[in-house]
Amino acid sequence: MPSMTMIQALNSALDVMMERDQSVLTFGEDVGYFGGVFRVTEHLQKKYGAKRCFDAPINECGIAATAIGMAVYGLRPVIEIQFADYMYPAYDQLVSEAARIRYRSANDFTVPMTVRMPYGGGIRGGQTHSQSPEALFTHVAGLKTVIPSTPYDAKGLLISAIEDDDPVIFLEPKRIYNGPFDGWPDRQVAPWAKHPASETPAGYYKIALGKANIVREGSAVTVLAYGTMVHVALSAVQESGIDAEVIDLRTLLPVDIDTIVASVSKTGRCVIVHEATRTSGYGAELSALVQEHCFYQLEAPIQRVTGYDTPYPHAQEWDYFPTPPRIMKAMRRVMEA
Amino acid sequence: MNRRTNALDLHVPAPHARPGDKPDFAGWTFPEPGDTPRPEIDASAGDLRDYAYGLIRVLDLDGNASGAWAPSIAAETLRRGLKYMLLTRAFDDRMYRAQRQGKTSFYMQSFGEEAVSIAQALALNVDDMCFPSYRQQGILIARDYPLVTMMNQIYSNAHDPVKGRQLPVMYSSKKDGFFTISGNLATQVPQAVGWAMASAYSGDMRIASAWLGEGSTAEGDFHAAMTFASVYKAPVIINIVNNQWAISSFQGIAGGENTTFAARGVGYGVPPLRVDGNDFLAVYAVTQWAAARARANLGPTLIEHFTYRAGAHSTSDDPSRYRPADEGRAWPLGDPIGRLHDHLVAMGEWSEVQHKQAQEEALETVRAAGREAEKVGVLSVDSAHPPASIFEDVYKEMPWHLQRQRDEAVGG
Ligand SMILES: Cc1ncc(C[n+]2csc(CCOP(=O)(O)OP(=O)(O)O)c2C)c(N)n1
Repeated sequence: MPSMTMIQALNSALDVMMERDQSVLTFGEDVGYFGGVFRVTEHLQKKYGAKRCFDAPINECGIAATAIGMAVYGLRPVIEIQFADYMYPAYDQLVSEAARIRYRSANDFTVPMTVRMPYGGGIRGGQTHSQSPEALFTHVAGLKTVIPSTPYDAKGLLISAIEDDDPVIFLEPKRIYNGPFDGWPDRQVAPWAKHPASETPAGYYKIALGKANIVREGSAVTVLAYGTMVHVALSAVQESGIDAEVIDLRTLLPVDIDTIVASVSKTGRCVIVHEATRTSGYGAELSALVQEHCFYQLEAPIQRVTGYDTPYPHAQEWDYFPTPPRIMKAMRRVMEA
Repeated sequence: MNRRTNALDLHVPAPHARPGDKPDFAGWTFPEPGDTPRPEIDASAGDLRDYAYGLIRVLDLDGNASGAWAPSIAAETLRRGLKYMLLTRAFDDRMYRAQRQGKTSFYMQSFGEEAVSIAQALALNVDDMCFPSYRQQGILIARDYPLVTMMNQIYSNAHDPVKGRQLPVMYSSKKDGFFTISGNLATQVPQAVGWAMASAYSGDMRIASAWLGEGSTAEGDFHAAMTFASVYKAPVIINIVNNQWAISSFQGIAGGENTTFAARGVGYGVPPLRVDGNDFLAVYAVTQWAAARARANLGPTLIEHFTYRAGAHSTSDDPSRYRPADEGRAWPLGDPIGRLHDHLVAMGEWSEVQHKQAQEEALETVRAAGREAEKVGVLSVDSAHPPASIFEDVYKEMPWHLQRQRDEAVGG
């Protein structure tokens, strides 16, 4: 099996789907000839022509809205929002339109579109290249939200997203595009090639939406994470010596409640980790779910390790980012309770 | 796909030249310098329609000025303009290299389009309010903002006025009439209109001016700005800097294949002036015209500055991947510094010796500022700003939950 970076795996997913299905096309800012600022759509214009992979005007509202129109026609557009931080002009189209067209037309019209967005911090991108807006999507009825953490998952999940008949928000943790960054800013990041989950089939395969992945089995505490934070959490677990079970959610909506409940019922403890701001973040939903389903099994209050409730700073990035020491502290706190 | 005869077909614009091709600007025709008449400032938007499709030019390519648009401008002001452009270019060059040397995370040059911000800053009043994009550092430089403070911001060091919070080049200075720059494109344009409406509401004398790239005119915010500016006759100048490239997308992707960017003004009833953006005198003259119109309560003007982005989009970009490497040199309207230099020389107001000396002075000024800023510090993993500082200024008063998060962060 070839070893791929997350960029290559995403590119391969698009390639496989464009090859199989004429109704799949992709567009966005700088996506065409240049292949995207992160190169996820590289070579696709050359291979499939400018009508199937093209540059869009700088208007995220228009990108989302025209994709909705195409999806309503019967195509399966995959759009790229250059950075998740730039999705706000598209938000009305995603929330008021894409999410509700099936419902308001009672299945008469549907929107099988995929919205790809690089998201998250750790790249010294300042407040407009670092945000994690997943909770703004999981809060919306009618959207699915997916976040991969490895090349293998990225490809399988993107193919599922493209084949899904509902709109899927596909958030790509850009900090781990080229290697599994584990949260230590001054340590060297190993390339994906050294990671087993970079082994990615060249052809078609799917990873079902709504299925979490237990990336480390353990009995002491359950750590719930997604995206870059899966690797950061694993590093924290390793350094702490605590026998934690680490769950990579992969799909935030619909979330794999069975896997979460089974794990927390076993460990009796839960730490939730995300980069996004804390208040009304996705961790609040996870915390409520765990409390609702596992209250009598819990031995300690649930802990959240998140970005602080401030805009994402530039110079102070490593004071802001939830690094392994903060996760270790939270794990110790639930262990001591 | 099986295509039926007479079937519909999707059009996707493509530029004339890609890497490896010969640069091709043959499609552009420009009126002769001096040929475009200068209307009265109270001309109706309808009467100004044709300006959207022409090009206001004052300087020819030998440095001679002509026509009704030739501004009456002191030679001393022109020399100042030239020096500011040299300073901006030297500053950009040094900061670009500083990023390459790992002293900061990011940088953006205004290489090739310096005339826009410098000539406009000099044509506006010093207290007019500017709402720039990230490529108008020339405004700050022409308002004599300290270079060392700009560098402190770029290095996010202990003297950075925005306390390390913003990406490099996202300056802010209220006292210099320079609005805090946003990374979200075009948001500042309707805000400038609102500022101008407030100025009119308050019986103030100051006008507003906003800048955005041609690529950014696709954003809805630009169209909101045009609508409000037109409806309320806001005293604002909206400047589209058409440097022909938006990262890798040529101007056709923003609609430039079918019309000019100035023509966006026609539909909104906003006077549309299209100007050679590399012609310092022409940029100065149209700005004076638009400012006089705004100050006379006659409302907004849309200016398209036709120029060329001679450098990379940013330090994260590599333009050789999407456009011919020598395209900038082939741009028929030349370089703004060279053209103002030629004009001053033709007037007998400048010499090669003076030019060389001015270049060296600019370099030395930038070098001295660089030494001073680097002494304070450059960007590193450990921020020069304490962790507690990220919780300040989110609100005027810090709510309990932020106080708690701050205490946790500081407690380690
Ligand atoms: C809302 C939004 N969408 C996308 C981006 C990413 N982006 C940054 S600069 C840029 C190109 C802008 O081109 P243009 O407006 O022509 O200005 P120029 O860079 O040429 O000065 C893009 C797409 C952004 N910053 N904000």
